Amino acid sequence: MGAGHGHLLHYHGHSPVHRCPAHLKVLALVGFMLLVVATPREWYGAFAAYLLVLGGVIAVAQVPPGYLGRRMVVEVPFVLFALLVPFVATGPRVDLPGLAWLGVTVSQPGLIAAWGLLVKGTLGVLASLTLAATTEPDDLLRGLERLRLPDLLVQIMGFMIRYLSVVTSELGRMLTAMRSRGADPRSPRHWPSLARALGALFIRSYERGERVHLAMLSRGYTGRLPR
Amino acid sequence: MSTPVLDVRGLAYAYPDGHQALFGVNLHVHRGERVALLGPNGAGKTTLVLHLNGILMPGAGSVSVSGLPVDADNVREIRRRVGIVFQDPDDQLFLGTVRQDVAFGPQNLGLRGAALEQRVASALAQVGMAEYADRPPHHLSFGQRRRVALATVLAMEPEILVLDEPSSNLDPASRRELADIVRGLEVTVLMVTHDLPYALELCPRSVVLSDGVVVADGPTREVLGNEPLMAAHRLELPFGFDPTRIGSLPG
Repeated sequence: MGAGHGHLLHYHGHSPVHRCPAHLKVLALVGFMLLVVATPREWYGAFAAYLLVLGGVIAVAQVPPGYLGRRMVVEVPFVLFALLVPFVATGPRVDLPGLAWLGVTVSQPGLIAAWGLLVKGTLGVLASLTLAATTEPDDLLRGLERLRLPDLLVQIMGFMIRYLSVVTSELGRMLTAMRSRGADPRSPRHWPSLARALGALFIRSYERGERVHLAMLSRGYTGRLPR
Repeated sequence: MSTPVLDVRGLAYAYPDGHQALFGVNLHVHRGERVALLGPNGAGKTTLVLHLNGILMPGAGSVSVSGLPVDADNVREIRRRVGIVFQDPDDQLFLGTVRQDVAFGPQNLGLRGAALEQRVASALAQVGMAEYADRPPHHLSFGQRRRVALATVLAMEPEILVLDEPSSNLDPASRRELADIVRGLEVTVLMVTHDLPYALELCPRSVVLSDGVVVADGPTREVLGNEPLMAAHRLELPFGFDPTRIGSLPG
């Protein structure tokens, strides 16, 4: 309960995965990622096994696949890059698998590289999203703290989580104000004013940072968040 | 007379860029008083407030709180004694839940365990936000966030409460609720505002700060009724508001 309600990545639930201590989940995620990255690309069976394990965890956590699927769009730039690789890479050329009639040839090492990129990236993103979906941001911070991550980094992440919504809503209001005055922030013609708005947002956030710090000092902050 | 809770003498301050904001401010606030600090934008109100708990240190003159001078050695105790509620509650509430935020100050003072929980509960009860303890601050309404911001400071059991523009951005109902809360507190209050009716409603005494000096100090009704003074310092009453025609004040 608490901090993460309504947080974009968190899916509320009470499964064993949700209840598992955050630091164990972080360790499991890091271990899983290392394993995935270290597996040779040609061990196709191993990747199927990883996907099965991950699928099992997601099933136990009862997070709907569609929920994770929608959030996997962050991977799109990598996917595009991966799809490009077979076409531009060097080495022996082969017909496009299954689409030989098109007469397009692609680089075979490129194909393997693309597969590696795609499968490792997808497993990584899916695993991270699963962690985010089953762990409240606040618990995640406590978990990182338990793993002896430097206090300063934990504090910075905490502030990021807290102020993300404040800053994005501020940006939203700035964009609304731009639109109300006839500018379309999406059109390249108005990118210069969008850039200035982002600059202003940076300055505002910076100044807010100073005010937050003042408010913290006023309540006796000495450089460590009390526990 | 007893030692004033707040004793500011000849306070002058210039910012590092050379802009001088305060030119010898004298201000005394005694225990149990509720004083409004009035002044137009840019009068130096915020600069003065930041001196009260040692965020800024005087260029000349002195500030003391219940006899304890504000200096680098005492800054910890001073910040316990002087509780500042800043204008934007989003600046003051930075942790995951209301409870954590209210606990932040007392924890910095070394409180733990049951004593801490008791402090938090009592501070939240004073502002009527007890049932929101486990909510994240950004899910509350603006008026609720301002009340929680007040609780974060009350939890430190300050000797003087400094409210920076407490009524700004509040709807009339939240404004009245906050007034009721402030009136119910048994603590000395310095309220920085240019909401003149609010000053009249809550503070028997008013101090006018203009261009870095105190230009008036007296009963709020007299200060607000002094038209030449008000006009000279860009203080304007809202349309139709006549302080002399308000009979009894609440509380």
